[in-house]
Amino acid sequence: MTPSIPILSSTVRTTCPYCGVGCGVDARVGADGALSIAGDAAHPASGGRLCVKGAALGETVGLEGRLLAPMLRTGTGLRAASWDEALDRVAGEFARIVAQHGPDAVALYVSGQLLTEDYYVANKFMKGYVGSANIDTNSRLCMSSAVAGHKRAFGEDIVPGCYEDFELADLLVLVGSNAAWCHPTLYQRIARAKQERPQMQVVVIDPRRTATCELADLHLPVKPGADVWLFDGLLAYLAAQRAVDHDFVDAHTEGLADALEAAGRAGTLLDVARACGLDPQQLLRFYELFARTGKTVTAFTMGVNQSTSGADKVNAIINCHLATGRIGRPGMGPFSLTGQPNAMGGREVGGLANMLAAHMDLEDPDQRTSLQAFWDAPRMADKPGLKAVDLFRAIEEGKVKAVWIMATNPLVSLPDAGQARRALERCELVVASDIVAGTDTNALAHVLLPALGWGEKDGTVTNSERCISRQRAFLAAPGQARADWDIVCDVARRMGFAGFDFAGAHEIFDEHARLSAWNNGTDGQRRRLFDIGGLAGMDRAGYDALAPVQWPVRAPGEASARLFGAGGFAHRDGRARFVPTAPRRPANLPDGDYPMVLNTGRVRDQWHTMTRTGRAPTLAGHAPEPFVDMHPQDALLCGVKAGELARVTSAWGAVVARVQHGGGIARGSAFMPIHWSGRTASDALVGAVVNPAVDPVSGEPEFKHTPVRIEPFGVAWYGFILSRGELPLREAAHWTRIQGRGFVRYELAGRVPFAQAPAWTRALLGLGDGDDDADWIEVEDRSGGMVRAAHLVDGRIVSCLFVSRRQDLPARAWLAGMFDKERFTPADRLALLSGRAKEPGADPGPTVCSCFGVGRKTIEGAIRRHGLADAAAVTACTKAGGNCGSCVPEIRALLAQA
Amino acid sequence: MERQSLVVIGNGMAGMRTVEELLRLAPDRYRIAVFGLEPHGNYNRILLSPVLAGDKSVDDIMLNTRAWYADNGVQLHAGDPVVRIDRRRRTVHAASGLAVRYDRLLIATGSKPFIVPVPGHDLPGVVGFRDLHDVDTMLAAARAGGKAVVIGGGLLGLEAANGLLRRGMDVTVVHVTASLMNQQLDPPAADLLRASLERRGLRILLERQTAAIAAGAAGRVRKVVFEGGEEIDADLVVMAAGVRPNVELARAAGLHCERAIIVDDTLQTYDPRIYAVGECVQHRRATFGLVAPIWDQARVCAAHLAGSGHRRYVQQATATKLKVTGVDLYSAGDIVGGAGSEDLVLRDRRGGVYKRLVVAGNRLTGAVLYGDVADGPWYFDLIRNGTDISSIRDHLLFGQAQAAA
Repeated sequence: MTPSIPILSSTVRTTCPYCGVGCGVDARVGADGALSIAGDAAHPASGGRLCVKGAALGETVGLEGRLLAPMLRTGTGLRAASWDEALDRVAGEFARIVAQHGPDAVALYVSGQLLTEDYYVANKFMKGYVGSANIDTNSRLCMSSAVAGHKRAFGEDIVPGCYEDFELADLLVLVGSNAAWCHPTLYQRIARAKQERPQMQVVVIDPRRTATCELADLHLPVKPGADVWLFDGLLAYLAAQRAVDHDFVDAHTEGLADALEAAGRAGTLLDVARACGLDPQQLLRFYELFARTGKTVTAFTMGVNQSTSGADKVNAIINCHLATGRIGRPGMGPFSLTGQPNAMGGREVGGLANMLAAHMDLEDPDQRTSLQAFWDAPRMADKPGLKAVDLFRAIEEGKVKAVWIMATNPLVSLPDAGQARRALERCELVVASDIVAGTDTNALAHVLLPALGWGEKDGTVTNSERCISRQRAFLAAPGQARADWDIVCDVARRMGFAGFDFAGAHEIFDEHARLSAWNNGTDGQRRRLFDIGGLAGMDRAGYDALAPVQWPVRAPGEASARLFGAGGFAHRDGRARFVPTAPRRPANLPDGDYPMVLNTGRVRDQWHTMTRTGRAPTLAGHAPEPFVDMHPQDALLCGVKAGELARVTSAWGAVVARVQHGGGIARGSAFMPIHWSGRTASDALVGAVVNPAVDPVSGEPEFKHTPVRIEPFGVAWYGFILSRGELPLREAAHWTRIQGRGFVRYELAGRVPFAQAPAWTRALLGLGDGDDDADWIEVEDRSGGMVRAAHLVDGRIVSCLFVSRRQDLPARAWLAGMFDKERFTPADRLALLSGRAKEPGADPGPTVCSCFGVGRKTIEGAIRRHGLADAAAVTACTKAGGNCGSCVPEIRALLAQA
Repeated sequence: MERQSLVVIGNGMAGMRTVEELLRLAPDRYRIAVFGLEPHGNYNRILLSPVLAGDKSVDDIMLNTRAWYADNGVQLHAGDPVVRIDRRRRTVHAASGLAVRYDRLLIATGSKPFIVPVPGHDLPGVVGFRDLHDVDTMLAAARAGGKAVVIGGGLLGLEAANGLLRRGMDVTVVHVTASLMNQQLDPPAADLLRASLERRGLRILLERQTAAIAAGAAGRVRKVVFEGGEEIDADLVVMAAGVRPNVELARAAGLHCERAIIVDDTLQTYDPRIYAVGECVQHRRATFGLVAPIWDQARVCAAHLAGSGHRRYVQQATATKLKVTGVDLYSAGDIVGGAGSEDLVLRDRRGGVYKRLVVAGNRLTGAVLYGDVADGPWYFDLIRNGTDISSIRDHLLFGQAQAAA
């Protein structure tokens, strides 16, 4: 049961811990202790908007499953340990391994979920004191191509624009971005802008026809991985159409000729269209639009970054903006949308293995020396460390003998997850700092350290538009949990390192701010644009009061919405670089054995590996199960059917998921969500399938392009369980765990025909032989292939099971309501296993609007009955879409079908 | 036209229902004479249990009073049983010496309780449960209090036991097989029934073979002795171990009988002038104990007696309800099933509900309901109509409202 939430304060302004939009959140703890979440109207990034994930944050802060004490692995399992014992173990082992094998035999693998202050000390610890740059982060998996592209073009990892540019643009190009689902509040800003100025053009470049395309004037379903062709073709077109801004190019850039020469290799417009799998007319329409529209923003995210050409894709996009001089001015510029809440903050403090703190360069000896002096560091890393995929290879090879993982779940998120598992299984020492106890990764850790979660921890994050915001604590630290920075500093001190005596996060931020101004452009050093010297010197109160601010902040009170509008790039000569980007194919191409291309990504209502969003019943309804979305024609060819299970196999691994259509998938492609792990499904770890090919420049894996084979996964029965408690599920070949309100739902399938009820049903619901007197209701039609059972205690339902040989199981929504009943009447008992209400129409259908829990059938019914014509009318009638609005595209689709 | 003579032997439910049907079809065709063993009009034998239990009075269960016979021109000879049929002379002879010629004869002699032929079966205090006289005997015994033993855990035995329990006796039901009502119930339903009856205060002894009934000092029944030597006290023994068709008269008249009087689809016996209906007939190997098929027989037989003989008797599935207050039990159709039949089962032991539906092909062929019998009639309709249930199979167990949803 949930322990009561400890209360520190009644109302706190903080920042959402999910995507890179970085929305402001008002967290209010009511008099009854209940937490209510609302948008912070004063936050510049979001203006009071929240998406459904943010709105459901209150459902994720319970203490079920939390890691509340340090744990040490013994021969038989885990045992609780004191902080002293656990940290002595970590410090002692790290010191021993460094002494015996050198500093590169240890590593940190951290996360964009960390706060800047956590990140800062972790990076300082490794790069200045342990003496190795073996600190990489899960940002490698999402943003490193953008980082590499920015650095190559601008000389520093800079996003030149701001969110307001999305509203001011006359042309908004969204490349590889399903913003409607992945950056919902920003998408809502765009939608509103387009509503006010219908002439604003939106072009979506994405292999999938995603929900984002609802807003698009033009959708270019580019062939997966072919974006460089598309933007090289655009650059060539701009040159040919004399759309190049020669004044800007001459004054502020270098290398256009080389870039054009490389772009020319993409061929003619027809060649480009063919390479991109696009209709030449459509492509030309986009090129013309781009060429003639000054105020153009090209926003990109994972579809661009997660590629073996990721950095080149970023530069191909930036090249077009440099050539037209459309950068850093209102309504123009390339814009990298960040995936995680603090990938940007991590990048600012050098959280990647090839960076130093404060945007200094690891490979620049002057900056290394300068930083060493600032830190008074004993042992500086002098060469880039191992990037994520290489790091886990080195662990498997035994070159890295100890790894400390913080706030991330690499066994789920890395490509070739089987390799990552082998690596951790062979690693001498795996330390994991986490807020939850049970993750796939933590199951292999030798030392588990309880960290603070959102609402408990205190520090800063930076969003996609360089806006630094405070995450503030409003809940007391649960159990023995400590802040990540505090844990790192404690280990550092135990290893004898000075420079880790911070009284609080504010002191770390202050050091970080001072460092950003340290030797910045003075003393012959390169001038770094990341400069927040104006924020230095804050005491705890000043830090606590810090309002969201966009860097650079060179002096107090300064803020910078846009950069590079008048040049001033971060290369020593102040000029931006065109980067020649010769197009190339993805690393692994489909062949006879693996004829389909698997794309991966997020779904609307889940976040990463579901350790937090997976707890929120509100978020479980939209996409309750792992799925593989594919074109109906391909499904036919593969012999799989919508609603049934399929096995998706690559050369690296296999998963099982339910087939669906409707995700706008082109022929030859398939899409799977990334969220499910061994904790939430039997066999849906997409990372196990994804190829580990990486971009040669950025080291970012090619998550969006893995050749796969899709085959039927034959089962003897389908079923589901709703249970108040967790169940072991030994009898099912396939299962998915879904959080319900007051219960857990398991979707099941079995390959062995079901055994004699009731022993079998009892075993599935976790009742032993000794429970003969249990209050047990059962229905069976064995030859008809149906078994249903329910277990009650004190007149309340505890669990129920529905199994059928066919795909004809009753709706889960109605049964879910039975878990609210305190006392079953005899009529309830009889109705329960029928699985449906006696009144037809009581089933709302699959959830469309998670905020208000409105189902598809409800909406369809309302449209039909009241003749509703638009989404606003649907909202007025059913409330659906009235809160976060992220389901509005789906409502529109339902209206179109009606 | 001169009326023909119709003689009816047996003033029970089958015979009189046939007469009623006949009067509706052809009121002027026959002079009708009815001979009955019992000195009453016709009463509803099915409701003897409620009379015994005190839920109904004798008047409540009368179907045809003496006045009815007079009003309808039917001559009633109650308490004057026929003792011989002279087929050659087409005459019946009654115990009183009365002889009546017939043009058509209807035999509706019913059945009589099977008295287990153990030593002591004829002692005072041993009764069957067939007629009002038996009820009077039991009520007299009940007034004296003491212990009753009911031999037979079928429908009749349990209703008798319940009645005696309600009349204040200490009642034990003795049953030869391992589960009660084994004609109508499967073992799980029988177990629920047993638990429920035991909660009500009945003692139930299963798998007991009665060896003897022993007399006490007064020459009345005192004990029931089982094989193996076990014995229990008894002041009253009710034999409810089944019935036997009452066919001595027909057999003596030379009518073809097997277990009962053989009739064809028109309820005609091997003598074209003689018809038979009710528990005394055998139609295609089957004999009858429940009321529904007997109503069907009466309708067919009456039609043929009326001369509009276009109907045929077709055996239909039957349904049973146990008339024990507070026990909801319903059984319909073929509950045993066979090769190729499939079971749909709902078990809710704590809730006291059990349902088993027997399906063969796409048809419902049998149903056993315990605890929740509201859908019994619906199942019975599905069984009798041979409805294709494949589209509602998954909802069948949950009843008509669910299947229609």
